[in-house]
Amino acid sequence: MKSFIFKRLLLGIAVLFGVVVITFFLTRIIPSNPAAKWVGPRATPEQIKQATIELGLDQPKHIQFLRYLKDVLRGDFGRSLRSHQPITEEIKKYAPATLELVLLATVFAVFAGIPLGVISAKRKDSWIDHLSRFFSVGAVSLPTFWVGLFLQLIFYRSLGWLPLGDQLGTEIKLLYEIPHVTGLLMLDSLLTGRWIIFKDALVHIILPCITISLYPIGLVARMTRSALLEILGEDYITAARSYGLKERVVLWSYALRNSLGPTSTVVTLSIGYTLVNTFLVEAIFSWPGIGTYISTAVTGLDYPAIMGVTVFSAVAYVILNLISDIIIAMDPRVRV
Amino acid sequence: MSNFFEINNLQVGFKTFEGEKPVLDIEHLAIQRGETYGIVGESGSGKTVLALAIQKLLPDKTTIVSPKSEIRFDGVNLLNLTEKEIRNYRGTRIAMIFQDPMSTLNPVFTVGHQIIRVIRTHNKISKKEAEREALRLVELVRLPDAANILSKYPHELSGGQRQRIIIAIALSCKAEFLIADEPTRNLDVTIQAGVLKLIAELQRDLDITVLYLANNLGLVATLCDRIGILYEGKIVENGLVRDVLDHPKHEYTQKLLRLSGSKSGIKHNSGGGDNA
Amino acid sequence: MEQKNNALTARFKQLRLSFYLLNRNLLTRIALIVVMLLIVLAVVSPLVVPYPKHIEEETNPAEKLLPPSSRYFFGTDELGRDIFSRVLYGTRISLQTALIAVGLALLIGVPLGAIAGTIGGFVDEFIMRITDIFLSFPPLLLAIAISAILGPNLSNAMLSIAISWWPWYARLIRGQAISIKQRQFVRAANAIGTPMHQIISQHIVPNCIAPVIVQASMDIGGVILTIASLSFLGLGAQAPIPEWGLMVSTSRNYFLNAWWYSIFPGLAIFVTVLAFNLLGDGLREILDPKTRKL
Repeated sequence: MKSFIFKRLLLGIAVLFGVVVITFFLTRIIPSNPAAKWVGPRATPEQIKQATIELGLDQPKHIQFLRYLKDVLRGDFGRSLRSHQPITEEIKKYAPATLELVLLATVFAVFAGIPLGVISAKRKDSWIDHLSRFFSVGAVSLPTFWVGLFLQLIFYRSLGWLPLGDQLGTEIKLLYEIPHVTGLLMLDSLLTGRWIIFKDALVHIILPCITISLYPIGLVARMTRSALLEILGEDYITAARSYGLKERVVLWSYALRNSLGPTSTVVTLSIGYTLVNTFLVEAIFSWPGIGTYISTAVTGLDYPAIMGVTVFSAVAYVILNLISDIIIAMDPRVRV
Repeated sequence: MSNFFEINNLQVGFKTFEGEKPVLDIEHLAIQRGETYGIVGESGSGKTVLALAIQKLLPDKTTIVSPKSEIRFDGVNLLNLTEKEIRNYRGTRIAMIFQDPMSTLNPVFTVGHQIIRVIRTHNKISKKEAEREALRLVELVRLPDAANILSKYPHELSGGQRQRIIIAIALSCKAEFLIADEPTRNLDVTIQAGVLKLIAELQRDLDITVLYLANNLGLVATLCDRIGILYEGKIVENGLVRDVLDHPKHEYTQKLLRLSGSKSGIKHNSGGGDNA
Repeated sequence: MEQKNNALTARFKQLRLSFYLLNRNLLTRIALIVVMLLIVLAVVSPLVVPYPKHIEEETNPAEKLLPPSSRYFFGTDELGRDIFSRVLYGTRISLQTALIAVGLALLIGVPLGAIAGTIGGFVDEFIMRITDIFLSFPPLLLAIAISAILGPNLSNAMLSIAISWWPWYARLIRGQAISIKQRQFVRAANAIGTPMHQIISQHIVPNCIAPVIVQASMDIGGVILTIASLSFLGLGAQAPIPEWGLMVSTSRNYFLNAWWYSIFPGLAIFVTVLAFNLLGDGLREILDPKTRKL
């Protein structure tokens, strides 16, 4: 067990190192003129020259790499071309909103997807099963950005029930002071007891959350269904029934518990997809998160910002996977 | 007087790629209340299929039970019951000791949890009381260090320990009819004797009916009142132990007797020594 | 010669069996039909669309942003172009780019994976670590970064997808190669001194390419989605190419008043990806004997 954790940790570090290497290649080696990329498409020759010196591009490659590594380890991704602010600061500013969305969507996906998968498995080949399987495949086939627009058209344009975007309505933002404890708006407003803000935040987060959660719901439902189908054929399920255990217990306790292993793996995998889907969708909902940040960066060809977000996301992703792998391996109840 | 337990025309087959493969074809079998009946058959002869058939636990998709088949328990044909109705029998009135304890214990729950869950399904008692009952049962099946055992997961126990847990779970049901599918397979001889004695005691005290399924003629003969020989899905010999052993009609029975070292190796529990 | 013939007929029979099984499930059958329709559409669209000039060459500002009508089935966009024609032509673009991207990924991944699996040892470890690193980027993100650096256009998008996707195929074929290389004919070839590159290309790869091809065809749906997403961000197809993702992106400026502009291209993406995914699911069910019903 310990050796597994150790090996996994080592692998994680090696992978992170590799990530840095790749991003180094992307920013310094591959572009024909890294300095020009750094200062952007509208730079003057002097700016380019200055950037060349600043970035140390006149140095030999390995020295460049060491400098790059040092910068990344310090969390210094340079400054955004657009705002001239340190990118790390900007990421810190925008990350919590994205985090909130990703977390909520994933939690929702788990609570919606697992029961769907269980029911589908239990009533295999019934109309419910076919419908939910179709839904699962459909959910992972939908272009997330399109779903966002579609939902906006229905719930904002036609029905007028929900707002178009942003985390909070303009009135609320003007009238109230936003609580700031963890950075996660809904959690903060709950913790500080500001119900009005919480309600408004809730209303604003519904559409983006549903949009983003469709993909992981599909994944989770599918995995739960297939895991459960296999489990339901196992001898210990037959034995449980023979002892007279209620079917409800057999299904939702005995069988489901055994499926948590593969399901957890899928959930972790889905977070990667969810993260990137969030990037796509944030612009549509004017959600003040990293996705909007990167969308603007892409449109404006703000290379430092793009790379900064990429490195940051990759590192976060690797660490997340590492943690989840270790947790899953440690729990004897979750069979790997 | 009708039989407590009766099988008539039981025909079970497996659905395979090449068509239907017959597994069981039992014309008639009857067991009286309080009796100990043994069925001897080699591995693959259909013993477990029979056991599962009684509780209607055969997988629908892969097995076919002929509509003429009857399994009568206390007058009711179990095979005609709906899934909901048969659940009233499982555990409460008919319990089963499974053959392979590794695959029939849920790997992600502690054995204590599994015993307690079954206990509380049949008795409306508190968790504490159920724990005590679980401890009692575990000690009853001769497992030392009961409290510690309960907190372990199945993969942390030895084969013999797991087997005894399975027996304990089945016994916790306190059913009238106990089906024991090779219950002492992995156990040491001394423990084997203890467990069998336990079942015999329970039988006397609670007047339960026991159906033993085994591949060991000697074992079955010592424990049971009447036995049946299962060969290729059919009951080829049937009757009081003494009769079957002394006057085997079917050649398979005769073969079994020869291989198990003739009558001299087999003591019958009502007789004693008439072997030289 | 005889043997080769028998092998061919056996393969043919297998193909017919697969086709039959594929057809049994209603959903898969529909998916198969839709996919074939899409392929046909991709090939003939320049010839059948009502307004071929609207695809890229002309604009029609006088009739901009018209709702769907009998003249313009899907309405018109901000330059007055017929959305229906552009969406239909988009099939061609999506399928083409997906095929190229996957093909490139295979081109990179298969040799690397085969080499890793066959040679083993340090080479294997090295290549596997590299795939680990590539796979540790959240999907799509690497494609975004590469596209941004290389310059936003469709070709670079295809390249960046290939670079993100190849590790999957490398891993897949490596696993296959490892089990294949134990077999008799490989050992025989080795024993008579066949050079390694020949062993790999003539013996190993042909025998384990099948699951990879299958996986690749199942991936086409996902790749189409990726391309659309990249274009949506502005990193893939650039105007005036009628790529679906790009159309949805452009529609955002007008979508509150011109719902048709956003809905139809997006619907096209959905239907296409869904069809491919359903087909892929059907394929997987055939190949996995466990889920195969009698």
